[in-house]
Amino acid sequence: MNAPATTAVESDVAVECVAVQKSFDGTPVLKSIDLSVPHGQVMCVIGPSGSGKSTFLRCINHLERIDGGLLRVAGEMVGYREHKGRLHELRHHEIARRRADIGMVFQSFNLFPHLTVLENIIEAPMAVRKNQRDDAVADARRLLDKVGLTGREDAYPRMLSGGQQQRVAIARALAMRPKLMLFDEPTSALDPELVGEVLSVMKELAAEGMTMIVVTHELGFAREVADTVVFMDGGYIVEQGAPAEMFANPQTERCRDFLGKVL
Amino acid sequence: MTTPIPTTDQPKPDLATLQVAPTRHYGRWFGTAVLLVLVAMLVHTLFTNPRFQWTVVAEYFTTPTIIEGLFNTLWLTAAAMAIGIVLGTVLAIMRLSPNPVLSGSAATFVWFFRGTPLLVQLIFWFNLSALYPKLSLGIPFGPEFISGSANEFITVYVAALLGLGLNEGAYMAEIVRAGINSVHSGQREAAEALGMSSRRILTRIILPQAMRVIIPPTGNQLIGMLKTTSLVSVIALPDLLYSAQMIYSSNFQTIPLLIVASIWYLIVTTILSIGQYFVERRFSKSDNKPAFTLARLKKTVTNGQREATA
Repeated sequence: MNAPATTAVESDVAVECVAVQKSFDGTPVLKSIDLSVPHGQVMCVIGPSGSGKSTFLRCINHLERIDGGLLRVAGEMVGYREHKGRLHELRHHEIARRRADIGMVFQSFNLFPHLTVLENIIEAPMAVRKNQRDDAVADARRLLDKVGLTGREDAYPRMLSGGQQQRVAIARALAMRPKLMLFDEPTSALDPELVGEVLSVMKELAAEGMTMIVVTHELGFAREVADTVVFMDGGYIVEQGAPAEMFANPQTERCRDFLGKVL
Repeated sequence: MTTPIPTTDQPKPDLATLQVAPTRHYGRWFGTAVLLVLVAMLVHTLFTNPRFQWTVVAEYFTTPTIIEGLFNTLWLTAAAMAIGIVLGTVLAIMRLSPNPVLSGSAATFVWFFRGTPLLVQLIFWFNLSALYPKLSLGIPFGPEFISGSANEFITVYVAALLGLGLNEGAYMAEIVRAGINSVHSGQREAAEALGMSSRRILTRIILPQAMRVIIPPTGNQLIGMLKTTSLVSVIALPDLLYSAQMIYSSNFQTIPLLIVASIWYLIVTTILSIGQYFVERRFSKSDNKPAFTLARLKKTVTNGQREATA
């Protein structure tokens, strides 16, 4: 493998994957993923369940470790460093430092239930970024306003609807001022009438130029917001292109099949 | 096509007059009657059987020996529980470690200390000098810095703390482990994704949530420990029970003094139970369930009245 550089290089590519592989107990989930996401772009990942979409997303911030290939975010490998031609897994605090720049939003929100909305948002900026509490709180209020939840600072997550919880989760991720946002089926656990409020926050974020990778079943969102749509199946990227083109004229049998079932 | 359905709050008039008759629970009535008779018999005998010797109970209730014994019991309970909780937390974290040596040693510790009777452990620690007459601190297999006679170091207090604390550590380890396991893995992932450090994740995210599962059984353990400390009477540590025993071995008022000890145990247990209620409430504040307060009780009552009058 001819990995170009060991140090971080400023590049216009936010995420770069070369032949990324991942298996669970010998079962390959990602067989060989090649992909690159330029800064400021929105990429939607679609595909049938079990196709490896979520696993791929979780590899990007090293919630899953990859078994082979190269995965870089902003020119830096997330979980490893190269030393004399070998990859060494980083220590937890080094991984944590890199993760801090990558926001992640989960299907099941994963808000901290024992903390209030405000505490959920200011926790990481204070603990990781060492921000002053006043600054963190001011920032949190600004973000709550952005996601339309002004006034709910002192609520506990259980008192909120799913859509509100997910918007808090987005605010929590944004509070770290990430350079990249990962969304793992952010609306799949929501009642249909709550999906829209989360999607509109995400649309606004996309319009501001945030680099986003979104695993989703919301093809309408993909069509409207995504710069690129990636169709995954069986651990491979089967097809990739602009949403309008792909939805209108899928090139592969499998993609046509999938779109026929969900559109 | 959809059809609008007219909604109305008015029930149909002929059905509105129907009344609900409650079910009659004959079994419960019978059970209640039997219990009332038994309670009456108990109260009667408490007051009429002179052998309870309530005057002797009152006389010894606050005698200095008993109060000293009570204090020994209290600090022994607190110290043994503190050792148990700290040790249990460490053991639980070791047990969940991916390193097999760490998790294996924690499992073995729990296996051993849960698997042998506490009474045996207490006597064993008390007689440690028979196994190791000399104790020393130094580099393993190397030079010693401090050494001394085991008999001098292992006093009854040290033996009691070792016995109670290590044994409690084994039980607490299982409680803490269950608590940590009860926290959904998504919580750790969310914290990791935010770039938080392992220590911060454990202390700020995992343990506070584990507390809700850890605290109720820990309250149980604490109350259990209060009474388990009475086992130290076998190594002649003057706790509450042993103090009572010392008194009745000289004046032969066995029953009244056992009653004195029992009443003290009950008083402390009651206080601890009340404390447990408040601690549990503190750690479940994120639940939707509002806490029990006087203001809330008042609100419930007035709401009930309003409904009744409506």
